[in-house]
Order: sequence, then structure tokens, then C-alpha cells
Amino acid sequence: MIGRLSTFAAWLAFFASAPLAAEPLNLIEVAAGVYVHQGVQALPDRHNHGEIANIGFIVGERCVAVVDSGGSPAQGRALKAAISAKTQVPVCYVVNTHVHPDHIYGNSAFKGPGVVFVGHRKLAQAMALRASYYLAKAGSELDNGVQAADFIAPDRPVDSALELDLGGRKLNLVAHSTAHTDNDLTVFDDKTRTLWLADLLFIGHVPVVDGSLLGWLKELEALKKIDAKLAIPGHGPVSAQWPQAAEAETRYLEMLRNEIRAYIKQGKTMEQAQANLGQSARGDWALFDEFHKRNIATSYAQLEWED
Amino acid sequence: MRKHMTMKTFSLLFAGLMLANLAQAADEDDAAWNNGLKKKYFGDRPIEETTNLIELAVPYRAEDPALVPVSVAAKIPQTPAQYIKTITLVIDNNPVPFAAAFHFTPESGKADIATRLRFNAYTNIRAIVETSDGKLSMAKSFVKASGGCSAPIGADLEAAMARLGKMKFKLESSIATPNQPNPVQLLVSHPNISGMQMDQISRIIMPAHYVKQVKVSFNGKPVFSAETDIAGSTDPNFRFYFVPDKAGELKAEIKDNLGKEFSQTQAVSP
Repeated sequence: MIGRLSTFAAWLAFFASAPLAAEPLNLIEVAAGVYVHQGVQALPDRHNHGEIANIGFIVGERCVAVVDSGGSPAQGRALKAAISAKTQVPVCYVVNTHVHPDHIYGNSAFKGPGVVFVGHRKLAQAMALRASYYLAKAGSELDNGVQAADFIAPDRPVDSALELDLGGRKLNLVAHSTAHTDNDLTVFDDKTRTLWLADLLFIGHVPVVDGSLLGWLKELEALKKIDAKLAIPGHGPVSAQWPQAAEAETRYLEMLRNEIRAYIKQGKTMEQAQANLGQSARGDWALFDEFHKRNIATSYAQLEWED
Repeated sequence: MRKHMTMKTFSLLFAGLMLANLAQAADEDDAAWNNGLKKKYFGDRPIEETTNLIELAVPYRAEDPALVPVSVAAKIPQTPAQYIKTITLVIDNNPVPFAAAFHFTPESGKADIATRLRFNAYTNIRAIVETSDGKLSMAKSFVKASGGCSAPIGADLEAAMARLGKMKFKLESSIATPNQPNPVQLLVSHPNISGMQMDQISRIIMPAHYVKQVKVSFNGKPVFSAETDIAGSTDPNFRFYFVPDKAGELKAEIKDNLGKEFSQTQAVSP
């Protein structure tokens, strides 16, 4: 009788303490040992809990590097479970490609001995400055339980470049100058020549300018020269050919740059730009109406300083 | 005895309820103003709600709550006999509702002013005009936005601070039209930190650092002056008019809340 009760109690305790089992994370192995989960293309809300980005991991002989932990604490846990299902080796690195919530909210699932958080040298400050605002937004919009403790700054900031060795597998991390944000990091896997661009590459989903329009175009020029077999975007299909994958995004960003410059030269206002500029691109992109006018405001405020 | 309400009665009732709802919603939108803000900023002075003097243009839905273009177009010219003295912008549901006050003279040409503001919540914005005869009138508009005051500062704080205080005048044409109102824009580089961002790691609130005062003059004569507050977007921006009577110099002088002062001049040739 006691035996039965204690078993039952153990059972209860297990379910009480463990979070509700998340749906197994859908993963695609885009190259040997490189796994990506495709995020849903939607605005973050209480239905998707902010789980809208492409996230995943790379498996070495010794250990695993996570690339972006997810848009919610639950997704971080789901990713962790998915990794355990694929490999026996432990997670040794969690790389956050930039500060946006859909890429960092899963961090706490991985916190523990032997796990090093890696990010751009400006990521810690970006997290510090944005956390209050992001937490308020998550509270009212995402229904995903994220808390202040979920903002885990990098243990290893990347000044300009960093090499990680996963055991027979080298990853080259590059800290970019201001582009999508002011703290963008890319990951290049030597073994498969896979270039994980995260939000420096948008496919399908309209690119979101939260850094510098001109800086982003400049970084893309340099990135296109990399001889990569495959590119992984932060939003869009899990992999694509490189540098072809950047064509549509480059067209959009160049359109913004060229047309806003023309508007400024003609003495037209930001309001006029928001009302009229670039609407012909609308059919090319998902979530265009949600972000395009905001891109114009940000970019106009940058370009109007040009002589 | 009527067993069922007739369609007509039902429609009337329904319409009545809808109107009552709308009126109630409008009342809610004006509650902060009617219950305290009006008195705080304007005491018991009567304010006429009208669009005869100015037109206030704001987007109904803010694309970026921290960078909302707001423009006021004057419908009367500035003359010594009658002119717009002050335009005050109040954003009801901002943490600091006072957004800015712009002062003009008969020599300003036109009392048009456009700038960019932060909106923290769904709210009315009001432009209260004081004319030279001392009368007050007001235009208002509703904006859907949230979080503009606590939103992260710009894209690159490091770059913003490196450029602190730099200013630029932009004239529509290199040749000004003499004795006519000429449009001009003033760009100011300043992060305008609202004091509402908390550094989550140090748990310290980033101290407010924002432009408080703007003065623009032409050949020493005032064109416009303004008091501004934390509702001003990063990199304050102003579009206004001035009337050059001859060649000369536009001058902008700004002061921020930490006492820093900056100035910039621009040669003008009609």
C-alpha cells in the first residue's frame, strides 16, 4: 500500500514539477549535423507565444552549439528536448545572434554547468536597455511567462570574431557592425560551409530595419563574398542557396535607400514617404503592412542626415 | 397590447445604444483632460474646440510609437493685427502629458510646425492655440500607439552619443524667396533619453537626458522658440517657416536638461 502511494506520489510530483510537455519541435537537418526549426511567419502574439524565428543547433563530436534559443521559455525547453533526442553529447554553447525576443527567450532552458552563452559585444547592453520594454510587451501580448531572469547576457562576448570548436567541428562567429540591429552575430560552419545568417537574412518575411539601413547593405556586400554552400535565414525557409538568397532582400533595402534619398532631395516629408513609398513591393513580402512604414521611418531618420 | 417590439422601435433603441456607447467611449478618451490636465495647463481659461485656426495631422495608427510625425498647419497668416502666439501639444495618456510648446511672432510668417513625438498609449493628442488676442482654441486627434516612451533608444546608442548636439538646417532651396514664408527644417542630434528605460543588469534607470529648449532666430530676430520634453523623439526634428528680408544667418540654439548647450548657424541668401 505504502509502495503504491509513494509511486503515485512520485508520479504526481513529476507532473507537478515538469512543465507541460511541449509539442516535439519540428526540425530539418539542412546539412550534416546542422538542424533548423522553422518559425511561423506571423506577428508575435498570444497564439504563437512569440515563437516566430528560425532556431536550431549544430552537433560536434564533443558537444552542441545552439543557435538562438527560441521565442519563449517553453520553446527553449522544447529545443533542449529535441537536442537530447538527436544526440548524446551535451550542449556547450548557446549562441544568441541578436537581442530580439524571438531569438533569446529560450535561454534559461540551457543555463547550467558547462554551458557558455555567446553573443555580440553589444548584446549585453542591448539586453539591459530593452528588457523592461520587452517584458512589458511580453506580459501584455505573448502570454509566454517570460521573466527578467530569462534575459541571460553572454558569458563570452564576441569583439569581432571568435572560433568555437565543438570537437572536430569549427564554427566561425563574426560580430557585425550595425545592420539589422547593433548587435548582429553570424555563424559559419566550416564542415558543411553553412552560413547561419539569422536576421541578417529575411526570406519571404519583409526585412525589419532595427539598426542601420546603410550598415545592413554594407554588411551584405561583405557577406555575399563568403563561399557558402547553404545559408540559413532568421525568417523564411530553413535553408537557401547563397548568395542568391540575398537578392530579394538587397532589392528591398536598396529600394528603400534610393527612394527615400529621392524623397529627401525633393523636400518631401517622412509622412509623405510613409504614405506613398515602396508600395509596389507589397506583393513580394509577407507582413509588409506591419513593418514597411516603420522601416521607412527608421531609414528616413538615418538618411536625412546625409549631405 | 404589444407582444413584440416593432423593428422600428428596435432600430431606434439600437441606434440610441450605439450612440451612447460612442459618446461614452469619447468621454473616456477625454477623461484625463477633463478631470485634471486642462486645469493643470490652462487653469479656468475657456478653450474653444475648433479647427478654424489650425489643422492637426497625426497618423491614426502609429507605425513606430517612438517616432510619430505630428504636424500643425496654421490657417491664418501671422500679421501684427492677429497672429498665433503659442501652440501647445499635450498627449493625454503619456507619462508626462506636456509634449511641447512652440512660440511664434508676427515675423514668423506662418505658425506651422511639424515634429516627431513619442506616444505611450492609445490617446488623444491636443494642439492648444493661443492667439494674440489671448483667446485659446484647440484641435485634437486620436492616436493608437503604445510604449513609445520606454522604447529602446534608437538603433545605435553609441553612435547617437558620439554625434550629440550636432545640428543641421535644411532649406527647401539654396535661394530663399525674400519677404515670403520660406519652409525650413532643423535636425538635432540628441538621444532624448526619457528616463523611463531601466538597465536591467545594473537595475539603474538611465537618467533622463533630453532637449528642453530650442530657439531659432534669423539675423538675431526670433523665428520660433520651444520648450520640449521627453515626448520628443530621439533626434528632435522641426519643420517651420521663416521670412528672410535680406541675406543673413539662421541660428539654432538648444539647451538640454543637463544644462548642455549647442548652437548651429546657416547662411541664407535670397
